[in-house]
Amino acid sequence: MSALLKIRRASPMLTVQDRGRRGLLHAGVSGSGPMDPPAFALANALVGNGPEAAGLEYAGFGGTFEVTAPVRIAVTGGEAQLSRDGAALAPWESHELAPGQVLGVGALKDAVWGYLAVSGGIETPPVLGARATHLRTGLGGHEGRALREGDDLPLGETAIGPCLRLRSPLPRGTGPIRVVPGPQDEFFDEAAWAAFAGGSFTVSATRDRMATALEGQEIRAAKGHDIVSDGTPLGSVQVPGSGRPIVLMAERQTTGGYPKIATVASADLPRLAQTPSGGALSFTRVSREEAEEAALAARRALARAIDTLAPKGSLQLSSEYLLSVNLIDGVVGPEAAEP
Amino acid sequence: MTPRILAAGDQALTVELSCEVDEAVNARVIALARSLADDPIPGVEETVPTYRSLLVLYDPGAVRGAALGPALLARLETLDVRPGAARLWRVPVEYGGETGLDLEEMARMKEMSPDELIALHGSAEYRVHMIGFAPGFTYLGGLPERLHTPRRATPRQVVAASSIGIGGKQASVNSVAGPSGWRFLGRTPLVPFDPAREEPFLFRAGDRIRFHPVTSAEAARLDAALARGETPVTPEVAA
Repeated sequence: MSALLKIRRASPMLTVQDRGRRGLLHAGVSGSGPMDPPAFALANALVGNGPEAAGLEYAGFGGTFEVTAPVRIAVTGGEAQLSRDGAALAPWESHELAPGQVLGVGALKDAVWGYLAVSGGIETPPVLGARATHLRTGLGGHEGRALREGDDLPLGETAIGPCLRLRSPLPRGTGPIRVVPGPQDEFFDEAAWAAFAGGSFTVSATRDRMATALEGQEIRAAKGHDIVSDGTPLGSVQVPGSGRPIVLMAERQTTGGYPKIATVASADLPRLAQTPSGGALSFTRVSREEAEEAALAARRALARAIDTLAPKGSLQLSSEYLLSVNLIDGVVGPEAAEP
Repeated sequence: MTPRILAAGDQALTVELSCEVDEAVNARVIALARSLADDPIPGVEETVPTYRSLLVLYDPGAVRGAALGPALLARLETLDVRPGAARLWRVPVEYGGETGLDLEEMARMKEMSPDELIALHGSAEYRVHMIGFAPGFTYLGGLPERLHTPRRATPRQVVAASSIGIGGKQASVNSVAGPSGWRFLGRTPLVPFDPAREEPFLFRAGDRIRFHPVTSAEAARLDAALARGETPVTPEVAA
């Protein structure tokens, strides 16, 4: 019998997620998957899982958990409060959890979405090629729903390995969220663009895995707020008749009938997803080429963070760190080191 | 209008053929999607055919939007749009009853009897313009003009799966239960979306649909046959 992750207490938005579904947008099925894919990928890497493994996503706080076999666990997403049998543990690094121990995943201080990865990955049955939960249509995950107290989730074979930590935090970017104008940017005149790219917005409390609604100055579409429905890519900024922009997220509808003023650069979408309700946001226009470069740079930064994960404890000093320190002072003297 | 390439972020672009609902345009959109599936452009990961445009998702690590746009326009130039190859489904409908919530009211609005309305709804051949919004949700063109009806002022919180709907100039076969402001005439025993089925999605863009009324007894017989795993309805024209 496979090992189990036992849910003792669950946040209302605790779901099984993996990288998400692919290839089914034409059939009306959006990808789902994590709201903050880099944080999710790092959680998996920290416990030695491959990128395809499933873990848990939560909003606000996680819950309490037990396991029936020894595993490594890691929590990422933000400054998560984490404990094992009541003793505090650090997020963004992996820890051992033994049967009988209780893992507490408390509130996130500076972020919205947290990730709990368990070595071996969660092995609920895949639906349409993925384990990601799509809450709105009840697809995937555990019975297509958010997890509850008493749920037992099967775990895959646990790989034996050291606990790992990040050498440096994943770069998150700062400043305005970059957007690429379009596909319906021409529906909006200069005044609307000035309000959108020049203004300041706050994230509405009416946000979920489908969309992030924004409050601030109203954006008016000079050509009207109804279009014949077309495809809605991840990060598209719909502007309905209310004039309040809505950014479409992981669990979005695949087509929609509101004009889309712009699309958030994929490199900045996790940062937008992690902005707490009430938090301020502003936008800046960039070219498609700039956004493509940013996407590739973000991909490289994540790959580098995963490649350079360090075992905790014995190898605290990385080679990068050692090379950065002058270890031969006192042997040859600083003058001799000058060229 | 001349086809246009619209930016949709750094991992997608839209090939827009029209701003309107148009059968010929939709046929070209579907043909472009099929062409990309049969003869892929490197870097293209997925496409979403809609009424009037094709959303094309790409990997910027493999192809840049600036190069992909012209390649897609060139593909449109040589596109082979073959009409008549579409599958034709005869879709049984149990009109009225619990899911046909708006049949009586719509008949009054249109100053016809419910039977006349059913006959009119069943007289047309519909075309699946796109599958979108929710898994397997079927957007249909071809609704007779007399049946064009504005959406309800207040959407219903839950409309059953497999409901047969009308919203403005559009018609639908709903797939999953959910909120809707559309008008509903009845339900089909067919299941447009079943993730456990070998072919989870019954309909695809480009298919044709004709509705025909069945009695509650016949609908119940079809429900039972489907529940046993039988496939009592197959398309009349193979793709």
